[in-house]
Formats: sequence, structure tokens, C-alpha cells
Amino acid sequence: MSQEIAPRLLKIDVLRFDPNDKNDFPHIERFEVVESDGMTLFIVLNEIREHLDNSLMFDFVCRAGICGSCSMLVNGRPTLACRTLTSKLDAHITLAPLPLFKLIKDLSIFTGEWMRYLNEHLETWIHDKESEIQYDKLEERMEPSLADEIYELDRCVECGCCVAGCGTIQMRPSFVGAVGLNKVARYHLDPRDKRSDAEYYELIGDENGVFGCMTLLGCEDVCPKDLPLQSKIAYLRRMMLKTAIKN
Amino acid sequence: MKIIYTDVLIIGGGLAGLRVATGVKERGHDALIISLVPPKRSHSAAAQGGMQASLANSKMGEGDNEDVHFGDTIRGSDWGADQEVARMFVHCAPKAIRELAHWGVPWSRVQKGDRTAIINAQKVTISEKEEAHGLITARDFGGTKKWRTCYTSDGTGHSMLYAMDNRAHEQEVEIHERMEAISLITDEGRCYGAVARNLMTGELVAYVSKATTVATGGYGRIYSVSTNAIICQGIGQALALETGIATLGNMEAVQFHPTAIVPVGILTTEGCRGDGGLLLDKDGYRFMPDYEPDKKELASRDVVSRRMTEHMRKGKGVQSRYGDHLWLDITNLGREHIEKNLREVKEICENFLGIDPAVSPIPVRPTQHYSMGGIRTKYTGESQTLKGLYSCGEAACWDLHGFNRLGGNSVSETVVAGMLVAEYISDFCDAPESSMHIHSSKIEMALKVEKEKLEALLTKQNGEDAYVLRRRMEEIMMDKVGIFRNGKDLQEAVVELEELLKRSKNIEVFRSKSRAANPALVNAYRTQKMLKVALTVAYGALLREESRGAHSREDFPARDDENWLKRTLTSWPDANQTMPTVSYEEISVANMELPPGFRGYGKDLTQHHHETQMREAVVKAVQEKLIQEGASRFEIQNALMPYLDKLPKKYRNINERLGENI
Repeated sequence: MSQEIAPRLLKIDVLRFDPNDKNDFPHIERFEVVESDGMTLFIVLNEIREHLDNSLMFDFVCRAGICGSCSMLVNGRPTLACRTLTSKLDAHITLAPLPLFKLIKDLSIFTGEWMRYLNEHLETWIHDKESEIQYDKLEERMEPSLADEIYELDRCVECGCCVAGCGTIQMRPSFVGAVGLNKVARYHLDPRDKRSDAEYYELIGDENGVFGCMTLLGCEDVCPKDLPLQSKIAYLRRMMLKTAIKN
Repeated sequence: MKIIYTDVLIIGGGLAGLRVATGVKERGHDALIISLVPPKRSHSAAAQGGMQASLANSKMGEGDNEDVHFGDTIRGSDWGADQEVARMFVHCAPKAIRELAHWGVPWSRVQKGDRTAIINAQKVTISEKEEAHGLITARDFGGTKKWRTCYTSDGTGHSMLYAMDNRAHEQEVEIHERMEAISLITDEGRCYGAVARNLMTGELVAYVSKATTVATGGYGRIYSVSTNAIICQGIGQALALETGIATLGNMEAVQFHPTAIVPVGILTTEGCRGDGGLLLDKDGYRFMPDYEPDKKELASRDVVSRRMTEHMRKGKGVQSRYGDHLWLDITNLGREHIEKNLREVKEICENFLGIDPAVSPIPVRPTQHYSMGGIRTKYTGESQTLKGLYSCGEAACWDLHGFNRLGGNSVSETVVAGMLVAEYISDFCDAPESSMHIHSSKIEMALKVEKEKLEALLTKQNGEDAYVLRRRMEEIMMDKVGIFRNGKDLQEAVVELEELLKRSKNIEVFRSKSRAANPALVNAYRTQKMLKVALTVAYGALLREESRGAHSREDFPARDDENWLKRTLTSWPDANQTMPTVSYEEISVANMELPPGFRGYGKDLTQHHHETQMREAVVKAVQEKLIQEGASRFEIQNALMPYLDKLPKKYRNINERLGENI
């Protein structure tokens, strides 16, 4: 006869701090939650807020692993909390905000500011001064396989996990990180973007760009979207080196 | 007190809001977006399957054009849509998608030659034309006569949103993130911006503008289970309602998507069925052909959701601890196809269900998905009653979808409405009438009122718990204002929601008293707003004694054109009211290009409008005469229902297509 196994009691240690409160200081607070079937950290944190402490701050938007809002350190590792099943973790779980980004409160961080800087700095949009939009005419053609390749790199959700997992950024905060280099690789691949290799070199041909990477590749280990960061960084480095030699 | 002036304030940084912002900026006006989250985190990113535009590039889209897209949209809406708006939309969708291609969306492309596809559970070979190679391709979606839904794998919304946000960066659109609008500023029947609260610091800011656009998405989260992001709480609709002047349209029109996973309600795209996936019951039996022999799994969303519910009520659902569900089986599509074209679905199945959809069927059931209702606007996006207030995208009801939206028409609507409304707003800002005449004391007063409301929530004693009220509201909406509705349940829902609303005036924020970042405070004021929105939905549904599209009354199963071919308008003229004020707007049969008919699902129970036959005769006579004279399809359309003069001049040109208009 099969026996119901009693659900686990999860012990959730959360690193808490409210920068708006002058009397507060970073501290660990423990919450206990009874595990249920198919439970994710999204469910756990909402249960804590609704039943144990309504001041606990965290970020979820799509809660489906699509929007990149809920990245945090789960047992020390950067990942998306919404799609982390508790059944895959020990009963003792530690949660901390993603480092390097501005802290709002508890597990809530302001990734928007950093990503905005990055996108503006790297000009992550199609640069095409020559051709005007002809929206009444047939669209420009593109090889189907090339469109697929661009989409592959376009899948980045700017969650910041690669930034938190990056050894270089710890030492050099101006480093654009894997998220930035992946974006450059994405636009470099796209024939609609008319920037030359020399122009890309201006953007990433230094230690804040592709030559800053120490190849520790924590980024690739933690990327929730399994982006091919390692090979793209290597590719950009070869290309930038060629450009440097040529010029 | 902090006051920021701009030409155009846009509340919401999803696809619609971003497209409005870049459009007005291009016309030389200042644009400022305030958004709860960084724009790239908006719910637009979750649109997986695709965007409808009648490009007709792929083999299965051959013969498609604006006329076919128009017909599908109107039939899909169960004749609730505004036909002029639908015409404007289908005409501009190809332009919007080509614009996005120019801005970098990596649309999936046509590959010339033979490929294998699954249609009606059969493997078939489709041969794509040489001359279509490299143009934007399309997949099949429910309720459409042609394969028209353009896509990038199943991350369409993501790619579109990223391209639009990057375009906004390029245009240097100012964006204030984590800033929440909590009231609209109005004076003498005109909207002048919004009071907003900084979600990080608690600071209140008055944004004062010539034009204000609400692009905050839908109100799915008034239901306990929804595919919507958790920020889709209907706050934009509530803001409009609380002006006392603006009206909401057809709030009872709420769509349930057939295939959200159980229990968490995350969406698996319609592309699963479009690409050949099947719905199976507990016996592994494919039941949809029994109900809808023609369209089967690809009937319109409202129809499939009802058929699934009916089938589960017959005891054919799979029992689980989370209630009954059915299976979505995409194993027949093969691993390669799933990993290329349905990879988000695959990730969701792996991460949230622990299954591999290439091997196992997916547990699904119909779940709240889309809000057809919203802020009622003219075709320009401007509120019918509050000057200077605009709305577009899911937040609005302009009204493209009537009582049921076709899959693929919503992301398409965001960018099409965005590009059009940006032009109308720019025209308004260019005109002298847009100059502002609001005294600064009124702005200060608006800030003071909001500050006091927040203080009251934080200092109240022995009050109500917002979570308790909100959870009860969500349950009521789910149980009594769901897929199938009836008078008794709706009456109970309205009575109890009104009671909850009264109690919500007494909400207290327990323990968590910070005036800065404070999730409990946010939940408190949003709950008060959500309850008003829930009441407009439930009360509209109670009063509408017919079945139309997604609004399905068991006690009134027929669509009743004679009495109900009209839009529900709700407003809240007095803040002390505990029920919305309801009025109706007639939809004129005499102006319709496509007179009301039978959608082709189930039995035809329609009670026709007395003018329908007459209009049908007129339409037929005009068509026959013009066809005889050799008129083009554009000339025939124009004779039946002219609309082009309503479009901004730059968007009036004919769309080029392979084999047509070249």
C-alpha cells in the first residue's frame, strides 16, 4: 500500500534590507512554509508575503520565465525565481538579491537603470541611415536560417544573471558583460544594421568590452536562456582583433 | 511638490505605449513614459504565437488580403466590433509588421521548396514558392481562413517589444520606470496628466501633459487564475473610471484561452494547435471534431474554451488534485519542430510541469486570458467623453475585437493602434486647442488628495485586510463570471462585489507602514481600484441578456441582435457610488460592410436585427453591380463602407503583395 509522504517544511532564509529605512541593516530572516506539489519560489514568496510578512519585497511580472524580472541568488546562484521548483532544492533555501544592481528593498533590485545605460551605450538598435522605411512595399528579404540565428541571440531577457555571475564586473563595473557582448553579436550578425567592424571596435574594442572578459564564463553557466555566450564572446574577440590589426 | 511637464504622457511601456511614444516623438513632440516595470518586462513580452498581418507570402496564406482578414475579425468578434476600426486595422497591419522588420524584428521567413507540416493530424507536404523565399512567413491560428499569423519562433511578443524599446532608446524617449499612475488629473472636462507614485521611494509626482495615453493592458488579474502577468490588474481602466467622466466599453467581454497549463495558468500558445497539436480527453480521445467538425481544434478561442468545458462537464476531463483538465498533445509535431518553433512552450513544460512535451501530453484547461473591454475611445484613441485622454492596446476598447478576439490580433493591435493613435495625438498637440489651461493650484490639489488617501490607508485602525477582499473578489469572478454565465450567479456576484467594495473603503495596511517601497500599501490601493473594475465586468455581464462571443449566458443562449447589438458603457460619475452607472451605445447595422450573420459554430440561434436583411440586400446589390462594372476590390469596399479618409494620410497607400498590387 502506498503511503502519503508528509510534505516538507521549507526553511527559507531571506537576506533583507530596506535602504529607505535609516534604522535598518542587512540581516537574514527565516520563514517557514509547508511545501506543496509543483511549488515554485514564486508561490513560496507570495505565501510569505500574504500570510507571514506583508512588507517582504520582491519582483515578479510574467511568473513564466519570460520577462526576466525575478532574478535573484538562490542558494548563492543567480537564477530566475519564478521557474525554480522547490522540489529540486533542499528544504533549507537561502535567497538574496542579485548583487551589483541597485537595491530597492529585500529581493527587489533595479535592473532597469543598468540595462538602459547598457543599451544606450552600445546603441542596441538597427543603424541604417541610407534606406527609408517602405512600409507599403514588400519587406526586404532575409535568409530563413539567418533570421533563426538572429532570433537565437535576440532571446536574451536582460535578467542580469550573467552580470551577477561575472568575475570581471566585480573588479571593473564599467565592463558591459555577457549581456552587452551578446547584443553586439546580435546586431553584428544582422545585415539590416549597417555599422562597420571599425564602428563596433569603437564600442567594444577595449577592456570595458570584449578584451575585458577573463573567460571565467560564469555567464554561460547561469544564463537561464542557455544563450551561446562563450562562443559569441570568442567570435567577437577574434573579429575585433582582426579589425585592430587591419587598422 | 514635484511637477513634471511634457507634451504627451504615456502610462504603460508595453508595445502600445512604446509605439505611441516613438510616433509622437517622430512628429516633434515630447513623450514621457511612466511604467511599473522596465518596458522590456511588460506583458507584451509574453505574446508567444504571433502577429496577424495579411502578407500572403507563404503557400497557405495565398489569396489572403485585407478583405479576408477583415471578415475573420468581424466574424470572430460575433459582430460586436466597430467595422470601420477593423478596416483601419487590417489595412495597417502589413505596414506595422514591415516597419518592425525594418527596426530589427527577426521575423521567421519563408524557405522555398517542400516542407512537412501537420494539418488535421495528417502529415502533408507544403511547397513554398521560389519567389516568396526570404519574405516573412506565417502560421495557422484559430478562426482564420488563411495562415496569417507572422512569428519569430514562439517569442514574437518578446522580439517585438525589444525592437520597440530599442527604438525608443534611439529616439531618446524619456522613460520613468517603477513609477505608478494612481490618479488622472482632470479639469473642466479635460485630462491633464496623472499623479504618480514612485514605487522605490514613495515620492508623489504630478505629470502634467497636453495629452495623456493609458496603455496599461488588460484586467485579467481580477480573476484568480489568469495567463496574464501579475501586473495586469486593470488599474488603467480604474484610473479612467475614477475620473467620473471617461467611460469603459464592453467590460463583460472577457476571453478565456483554451490552453493554459494546470494548475499555474501559464499560457501555451495557440501556435501549438496552429502547428497541428490536438486536444485529447481522459481516454486519449480527440473530441473537438465531434463538436466542431469543420474547424476542430482551430475554432475561435471562445468556442474551443466552451467545448472543452462542456466536455469536462460530461465527465471526460482528467481528474487531478487541482481539478479537471484535458490534454494538449503536440508529440505528433516531432522534437525538431518543437525545439525550433515552440521552444518557449518546451521550456515552460520543463520548468513548471517537469515534462518533455515532445514525449508527454500537456495538462491544460481554459483560463482567463484577454480583456476585449477597456477604456472606450473613438477611432482616434481619444476617450469619447474626456478630452485629452487617449488609450490604446488591450487597455482600450476602440473597438476591434467586439466580444471575442482572434489569436494573433492583439499584438498586431498594439502596434497598429500605437502608430495610428500617435498620429492623432500629434495632430491634437499641433492644434491650438491643445494648449493647457489648468491652474497650478489644481495640480497641487490633485497631489494632496492622493497623499491623504495613502496616509489614510497607513493610519487606519481596525480596518479590513486588502488580501482577504482581493482573494474573495478573484474567486467570485472565477466561479460566477467565467466561461459560462447565468443570471443567478451573476446576481450573487454583483451583490457580493458591491459589499466588498464598500468594505474596501475601510482597508488598513497592517504592520508594514513604510511610505517608501511598500508592497502592502500598493496592494491596498490597487485592491480598491480592482474592485470597481470587477463590478463593471460582473454588472455588465448580468445586464447583457444574450450570448455573444466570449459572453455566454446559459439562460440566454442566443445572440440577440435586435436587442443587444450595442456596446455596454460603464462610468463612475460620483466617487461615493457603490455601483457603476451603465448606458448603451447602439451599433448601426445600416453602416456595416459585413452585416450580422452566422459565425458557423454549433447551431444558429441568432435573433436577427430587423435591419439586417435590408442591409444584406443593399450590400449584395452594390457588390454585384460593381463586379459587373469591373470594379476593383478596393472600389467595392469603398462603396460599402468608406474609411480611408479617417486614416492619417501617410498610411493610406495600398499594400504591396506577391502577385498583387505590384
